[in-house]
Amino acid sequence: MKREQPNDWKKYLIVFLITLFIFATAFYVSNNLNNDKLEEIRKIEDSIAIDILSLETQFDLFEQLSCDNITDSILSKELGELASRIEYGEKNFDSLSEELVGLKKYYSLLQIKDFLLMQKVRERCDLNIESIIYFYGREDCDDCRKQGYVLTDVRQDFPELRVYSFDYYLDVSAIEAIKSIYKINEDLPALIINGKTYKGFQDRAEIEEIMPELAKIREQREAIEAAKIKAEEDEKSMSLEKSNTEEKTQETKNVTEQQ
Amino acid sequence: MHKITTILFYILGFISIYVQIFFLITFFEKRKTIQYRKEKIKLERYPTITVAVPCWNEQNTVEKTLNSLLELDYPKDKITIIAVDDGSTDETWEVLKKFENHPNIKILKKENGGKHTAVNYAIENSDSEFISCLDADSFVEPETLKRMMTYFLKDENTMAVAPSILIKDPKTMTQTLQQVEYNWAVFMKKVLGMLGGIYVTPGPFSIFRRKVFTDLGLFRKAHNTEDMEIAFRMQKNHYKIDQCNDAYVYTTGPKNIIALYKQRLRWIYGFTMNTYDYRKILFKKEYGFFSLISVPAGFVSMVAVPYILGLLMFQIVKGVIKLVEKYQTVGFDFNFGWSFNMPNFDMFFVNTNAYVITGIILYLLVMSTIVIGKRMITGKYRFDFRIIYFMLVFSFIAPFWVVKAMYNAVFAKKTAWR
Repeated sequence: MKREQPNDWKKYLIVFLITLFIFATAFYVSNNLNNDKLEEIRKIEDSIAIDILSLETQFDLFEQLSCDNITDSILSKELGELASRIEYGEKNFDSLSEELVGLKKYYSLLQIKDFLLMQKVRERCDLNIESIIYFYGREDCDDCRKQGYVLTDVRQDFPELRVYSFDYYLDVSAIEAIKSIYKINEDLPALIINGKTYKGFQDRAEIEEIMPELAKIREQREAIEAAKIKAEEDEKSMSLEKSNTEEKTQETKNVTEQQ
Repeated sequence: MHKITTILFYILGFISIYVQIFFLITFFEKRKTIQYRKEKIKLERYPTITVAVPCWNEQNTVEKTLNSLLELDYPKDKITIIAVDDGSTDETWEVLKKFENHPNIKILKKENGGKHTAVNYAIENSDSEFISCLDADSFVEPETLKRMMTYFLKDENTMAVAPSILIKDPKTMTQTLQQVEYNWAVFMKKVLGMLGGIYVTPGPFSIFRRKVFTDLGLFRKAHNTEDMEIAFRMQKNHYKIDQCNDAYVYTTGPKNIIALYKQRLRWIYGFTMNTYDYRKILFKKEYGFFSLISVPAGFVSMVAVPYILGLLMFQIVKGVIKLVEKYQTVGFDFNFGWSFNMPNFDMFFVNTNAYVITGIILYLLVMSTIVIGKRMITGKYRFDFRIIYFMLVFSFIAPFWVVKAMYNAVFAKKTAWR
């Protein structure tokens, strides 16, 4: 019996081309979206660079710049935001990894600049700027991952804390310099707090113990918040009193008018 | 993802998408030829048919099965039901005896020898033009036989017709899962039928011309998948197999995951071994779609579906483990829940890698074929949320039986019927 041949080679070919087209589109769209993300990282880096440069310039212009001008707002807050993006990119942008390494190096340098500048600001203006330098290893370093969680957690509670994270294996000479100054070796994770090196995983309690300043910050913040709440309450009770008085006056007025 | 994992993902993904598109295009090309009959039909001729019902310890279901066969809308003098007790150790024979004096039913008893021997015994004891078989845990609808018979009357080259198999009253979660899967199978089988690529004529109520058995011989043990082997043998001899989408046969699906696991192990093992036994007819143009795409793609999809879905599951599980690790390290952030102090949704962190996009495309293609499969049964296009449930759960469990079946095939470990 002759088998029916319902399918000719053309159909096989057309379906192949359609599948190829779908794959090409998927790769094209994915590449575009990932490039957009890299562009986003680049933009944030540029904005941080401008922040740092402007602060440096202010320092240079006025040797005796009034410390009043240096508020928290001038300090770049985008560093932390950038860290999570670069970390994500490292894990997910397979095809763009080379570009990402470049961005990461740039980011590391920006962090070092920020760190130095913050030290200057701290010395001169006696500001409460606390910082932690954190060295992490490769993905198989479980303690590094945990340390990352702890630092993110601490930073959430203390946004004024500046955490500078460095990839131990990133090939940047400035990082090498920090490594040799603070004697950082492959025993990771490692933290540098107030000029002292701490090796191995440090949990939240240990970090707070090393940095009593954090407790002070919390106390200050609580005091400010308490004052704020008190002020609000005062304002409320005052306005309540005021409206009561107004109501009474109105009533008296009404009674007088009726009479 | 690791480079090798990614490359394998793309290769399997490409083949899977290719096959899905091939099927969809075929469906749209020929969709007008697909019938959805609701009304009763009359045949110009009613050929004689024998339905073999092999029973091995089926005391609970066999009576219902026989009754459903007696209710078939078909002239009573043209249909013979042969129930064969294949050496049951329970009360099956006593149940069968109730039908002893029925004019349409013959009951036979033999020593246990496996399902194929029971069906063969019935075939040897029959002389009808057509032969069918119904597992004793399956039930037919009154119109099923006539609808299937139209395929034989229309084309004398059609040698076998398979029905649409549905799950009888799904009660457990596992059965609901299979219900969705069987809808998918209806689509796949229909298109395979259009392309001449069917590789299984399922035990529940596939109908054969007697010529198949006189020319090619009776059923063989074939790694406990005799319904697959006969289809392979027919394809090898260029015997046409079709699928009748609007003929319904209900089967009792495995109730729990363990039973389902065993069933799948048997199917996949059987498919692997039959493919191996018939390897000489693979990738040969003279055997058409069956040899070029159907079996190879069936084989690839057996690996691809669990691989692709399993990989996705692996990513999700990895994410959950990290989340747990995070909370073990820093504790629960109680602010998180009640103050909605969540980090804003950020497109940046949505995975936009090519493998995710191709994975989504594949998911959508599979979903649309399930919807079309359901349409072939009900006549309506409707999205069923159980499809999502099916895909999620299958992603999780399918890799297990595929890996185990492959292991068994490689190390020549036999799979059991139950």
